[in-house]
Amino acid sequence: MADPHQLFDDTSSAQSRGYGAQRAPSGLGYPAPSASPQAAFLADPVSNMAMAYGSSLAAQGKELVDKNIDRFVPVTKLKYYFAVDTMYVGKKLGLLFFPYLHQDWEVQYQQDTPVAPRFDINAPDLYIPAMAFITYVLVAGLALGTQDRFSPDLLGLQASSALAWLTLEVLAILLSLYLVTVNTDLTTIDLVAFLGYKYVGMIGGVLMGLLFGKIGYYLVLGWCCVSIFVFMIRTLRLKILAEAAAEGVPVRGARNQLRMYLTMAVAAAQPLLMYWLTFHLVR
Amino acid sequence: MAFTLYLLLQAALLCVNTITVLHEERFLKNIGWGADQGIGGFGEEPGIKSQLMNLIRSVRTVMRVPLIIINSIAIVLLLLFG
Repeated sequence: MADPHQLFDDTSSAQSRGYGAQRAPSGLGYPAPSASPQAAFLADPVSNMAMAYGSSLAAQGKELVDKNIDRFVPVTKLKYYFAVDTMYVGKKLGLLFFPYLHQDWEVQYQQDTPVAPRFDINAPDLYIPAMAFITYVLVAGLALGTQDRFSPDLLGLQASSALAWLTLEVLAILLSLYLVTVNTDLTTIDLVAFLGYKYVGMIGGVLMGLLFGKIGYYLVLGWCCVSIFVFMIRTLRLKILAEAAAEGVPVRGARNQLRMYLTMAVAAAQPLLMYWLTFHLVR
Repeated sequence: MAFTLYLLLQAALLCVNTITVLHEERFLKNIGWGADQGIGGFGEEPGIKSQLMNLIRSVRTVMRVPLIIINSIAIVLLLLFG
């Protein structure tokens, strides 16, 4: 019995019907198998119509989602942050571990819009933070496993804990930026990108801790902490202290001092969080 | 240290509740943080204190009704699931 609401033909029953119908008059053993499903398909206009209706409904739904998704998740803006290539990732990772020799930290602009990360190493991207976050969760699972402390829900706990700290950081920095009335072009996604760069150092520290014990962990973590500190200060200085950085001279002492303190606080929070999120993984 | 997203949500709800509960006349005016005590002219920099006062007043105005709903949901959920 063809159900008018089903979207896909039940070819098993149609085939058996086809077989049975053909076997009775001719008595042949094997009727052509291709004929019976097609015959059942075309001979059942109700399910045909149902399929057409279903596909048009799906197309409408997809249109609606595509129209409205841009309101909630800025998809087009996100695409900018994932426009990376291998060279950029390699150079950026090198910069995260050794930012001391890099001279020019300005993001290049191209007629009012920042250049895509593929063409400018100073541009923030979301690819490295996202990959680093996932790798951090996996490495945490590995570390816990080597100490016989692993269980699958601990993995989810690590991920959710790191994500919660990230959210708290972003909210705290946005609040302080609002309180200090900084006119900056630092968007929320930019901030998430910058704060996500510390996961790279954390992964390095934990891996070294797994290979060489506590001494290796502290050495590499210390190095990565200092590197991230310098990286964040040099990057945020251009975004938050825009006037002073452009002119090279502090314009108004008190206000710029507050901004400087804010930058230093943000940069100093990175090593603290790096230690806090990894010390329990290395025994 | 199980610092989950759920804990963060709870903490955020409690913080917003705290800000909303600060009474304008009985408390804020007495410590000089009233809404009409911070107007400092049209200078360029509002300063942290007036930004904070603005923030408190806006949170109070915007979140009064939604907080009733969210708090009721939180109470019901906590009663049901502990």
